[in-house]
Amino acid sequence: MEKYDYSELGLKAGLEIHQQLDSKEKLFCRCPTLIRDVRDSDFEFFRYLRATESEMGEKDRAAVEQTKIRRKYIYKAYDTTCLVENDEEPPRELNKEALEISLGIAKLFNMKPVDQMHVMRKIVVDGSNTSGFQRTAFLASDGHIETSDGRCGIDSLCVEEEAAQKIEEIGDSIIYSLDRLGIPLVEIATAPDIKSPRQAREVAEQIGMFLRSTGKVKRGLGTIRQDVNISIAEGARVEIKGVQALDLIEDIVRREVERQLNLLFIRQELMERKAFVCEEIYDITGLFIDTKSKVLQKGVRKGAILAALLRKFDGLVGKEVQPGRRLGTEFSDRAKTAGVGGIFHTDELPNYGITEKEVQTVRDAIGAHPEDAVIMVADESEKARLAIEAVIARAKEAIEGIPEETRRALPDGNTAYMRPLPGAARMYPETDVPQVEISQEYFDSIETPELLTERAKRFVSENGLNKELAEKVAYSKYLPLFENLIETYRKDTNVNSTLIARTLVGIVPEIRRNGVETENLTDEHFKGLFAAISKQEIAKEAIQDLLTALAGEPNLSAPKAISNLGLSAFDPAEVENFIKKTVREKGDFIREKGPAALGPLMGIVMKEYRGTVDGKILSQMLKKELDIFISQG
Amino acid sequence: MEFKQGDRVRIEKNGTAYEGKVMPSMEGYITIKMNSGYNAGFSKDRVKVTLLGGNGETPNGGSLNGGKKSGAAGEELPKSGRKLQKIAILSTGGTIASKIDYRTGAVTSQFTADDILAAIPELKEIADFKGRVISSILSENMDSESWQNLARAVVEEIEAGADGIIVTHGTDTMMYTAAALSFMIETPVPIVLVGSQRSADRPSSDNAMNAICAARVATSDIAEVSVVMHGTTSDDFCEIHRGTKVRKMHTSRRDAFKSINSLPIGTVDYSTGEIKTFIDYTRRGERSLKFKPGIEPKCALVKFTPGADPEILDCYINGGYKGLVLEGTGLGHVSTKWTPKIRKATEAKMPVIITSQCLNGRVCDRVYDTGRDMLKAGAIEGEDTLPETALVKLMWVLGQTDEFDEAIKMMKEDLSGEITECCFK
Repeated sequence: MEKYDYSELGLKAGLEIHQQLDSKEKLFCRCPTLIRDVRDSDFEFFRYLRATESEMGEKDRAAVEQTKIRRKYIYKAYDTTCLVENDEEPPRELNKEALEISLGIAKLFNMKPVDQMHVMRKIVVDGSNTSGFQRTAFLASDGHIETSDGRCGIDSLCVEEEAAQKIEEIGDSIIYSLDRLGIPLVEIATAPDIKSPRQAREVAEQIGMFLRSTGKVKRGLGTIRQDVNISIAEGARVEIKGVQALDLIEDIVRREVERQLNLLFIRQELMERKAFVCEEIYDITGLFIDTKSKVLQKGVRKGAILAALLRKFDGLVGKEVQPGRRLGTEFSDRAKTAGVGGIFHTDELPNYGITEKEVQTVRDAIGAHPEDAVIMVADESEKARLAIEAVIARAKEAIEGIPEETRRALPDGNTAYMRPLPGAARMYPETDVPQVEISQEYFDSIETPELLTERAKRFVSENGLNKELAEKVAYSKYLPLFENLIETYRKDTNVNSTLIARTLVGIVPEIRRNGVETENLTDEHFKGLFAAISKQEIAKEAIQDLLTALAGEPNLSAPKAISNLGLSAFDPAEVENFIKKTVREKGDFIREKGPAALGPLMGIVMKEYRGTVDGKILSQMLKKELDIFISQG
Repeated sequence: MEFKQGDRVRIEKNGTAYEGKVMPSMEGYITIKMNSGYNAGFSKDRVKVTLLGGNGETPNGGSLNGGKKSGAAGEELPKSGRKLQKIAILSTGGTIASKIDYRTGAVTSQFTADDILAAIPELKEIADFKGRVISSILSENMDSESWQNLARAVVEEIEAGADGIIVTHGTDTMMYTAAALSFMIETPVPIVLVGSQRSADRPSSDNAMNAICAARVATSDIAEVSVVMHGTTSDDFCEIHRGTKVRKMHTSRRDAFKSINSLPIGTVDYSTGEIKTFIDYTRRGERSLKFKPGIEPKCALVKFTPGADPEILDCYINGGYKGLVLEGTGLGHVSTKWTPKIRKATEAKMPVIITSQCLNGRVCDRVYDTGRDMLKAGAIEGEDTLPETALVKLMWVLGQTDEFDEAIKMMKEDLSGEITECCFK
């Protein structure tokens, strides 16, 4: 049962899905799309970025805010990255493989491409792009998918370059790794057709399934990211970035609705109180020369303690807007954009070693009444000034309503302020890359990938899998390997589709749950495994042991691991001798039981050969010897 | 459907609609900027265009700089309130002063000295700037007349009291202009050439750091013609290169400029502004201003390659050329087949200067017979002078004197740091 009636609140949500493509090379250079261990970096350099004007002569507001503090960006380079990632060489032409994967995706969503694709520079000055912009191109629009709550439009598909991965933040320096920069990705934006948290999740799931259907997208953590755009009728459009897990989407939507409702409530209250924000910034450093509060002492030593006066805000700064987050947290988020650690507000004081008496001194010094709130910041003078200005701006917005902004998804479903919503001013053409023509003939020549749902049905009808197994394998990362293997063993008597599927999506997850690092298993390992089964070198029962061994020592080949483990000890003559011996020894028992002796005898034989010889083969051999013994009387 | 750049239009293609502002477009296409900021192109004969609102505001030219000419040079007092040195910024174009031209889609020079000051407000704390546009061309389009015009403007600004000069310049031929200014002007103040390898419209452009470091050098004691550009790929420091010893050694990297056969004069730390020097230099006021703009454009730099036909030299000798710089192999060699042509040139009173395509190191034509024969034919060793510097020097020398012997004598002398007595690396 939902807490709110979302249709009554006028919820409108849209998703933006970013999916990395599994192309051989990056989007604008010929480097491989390999993720590296940052310890393998062989070179580093650093840069600063500045906000610049677009071709229309405007500066992007998000860019201006982000360059308020001069951050130093340190980049880790590798022997798999080049001067293009370093922003030291113009980009090469757009990767055709990535373009064709993207066109295939456009077809899946019934989208229509533009005739001429223009690569743009989207200003991003958080350092995640060495150039200060992300290259992105609008490729197609006007598509849709069907959900159980109705049709959801797919408004746009853009081909973009992935940003560099943030490694660490040290003071005003941020360290980025360049391996990820330039990996092609598609950005798919839905229309604001989503009307409930549940539908948001369904749309995300379906888009994810469509993307994986191409077999040409990257898998694993961080290779797909969801952004959610949310507004309610009385609220404002808020863009929430970086939702990594599908499970979180519903919570994110619910919590944002909650936040907007609470902010609307606060606004109503502020209006009724006739609250307002004083423009003046008060330097109250002098009041704390002898303070016992460690955080304030730092401010006295390092620079200044500044205060802002919010008339008739008392009690509301501490009001919760999301579980564990208050209006004061929103002020604090803004202050942090100036590089300070946070703020203090009178709704949470006395605290942090700041005494009741000190609070009163501040109130008296700046003429604050009991119904007013005071916000304080302690840091280097310039940072403190920028921070308190940011708080004043945000406090004014609280009276006006809900600010339009870009927020960051937090792991618990809450969100924190990131930057203002960027406008069109952040886009200008990438003149180093020629426009790409998409003729009708070219678009028609691109094959539409078969949907995973369709493929699962085919695995049932053509390969005899049960529905559950078919769906599991269709949605798994092993799908391409599975398809390759079922083709190889199409007519094999020892390896069938169900065995392959059970191995890939049954045994592998099972041993992973037991702590085996199945990420180490390669396609070659699996191919070697099934080849050995096909040639009857090992029994099906040995799969689990063999995979465990290979995952533990990934450098081993399957045949080497088989001999190491003694799994290949299957010598038919030896087995035959053992069976003959067993039959002889149990002669009396057999004479007594007749053919029914097979079961108990099988137990003895299995005990000897479990894991090395297929039970079916043992059973056949035993039956043969038994029949001979009985017929000979 | 009639529409022009800047109009808002609706485009329909196979039932899908797009709205946006008309941008400069390629032949046969209409390009629009959509509300999202993305541009997209549509084939004119496959779409229906509806005019939504004509305002004819061009996204080109005038509006490029937003019409917000904030604070032209010298209007605002620096925060420190100190009296600052007067620096003239002379702009000639190039990447440091580049913006996107939406007519061609290419990056062109249309950014004035004032725009540079507006874009890099930190400069105002370093000096009191005056901007002057000399030309707006990419450096590959410069010629010896451009050098003379620029040198004249530099001299005028020094005479008018400038304490230092900054010349913004395209990087491709910056080393030629730097050499030309070095020979034409004996300067009592710093003359600094600066450019950028990444266009000024990108947040990562090297223009701001290079310009700020150039301003530090222009207000310093280093009264030489120098080139100030990134020292490494990081934004850590700039190198100060002597105008006659510098060469662009990479097509695209920020630290493309290197001093050859010399250490740089010094470095400028970007964060602190501190200048460190490595070699001796001429100090502010040590020399008084002298201007000798004469130049002979008909000189050529000829690269010798294996098997190259000696008759190439006849084209120059018979074509009215007044002097030649040869870029020989190794220690400064050309094929023995070229020797008679060298003799023919020197007999026609054309100086022939030998430099090396190794760039690094000194020419020596006294080690092998080939070299000795070249010297006997009248060729002059360019010592450790860079080939391009030797060419500019020869042009300037021949602009100063018509006397062959005098020209030869000048070519053998170090006139502006182009020949060093000892090579240290």
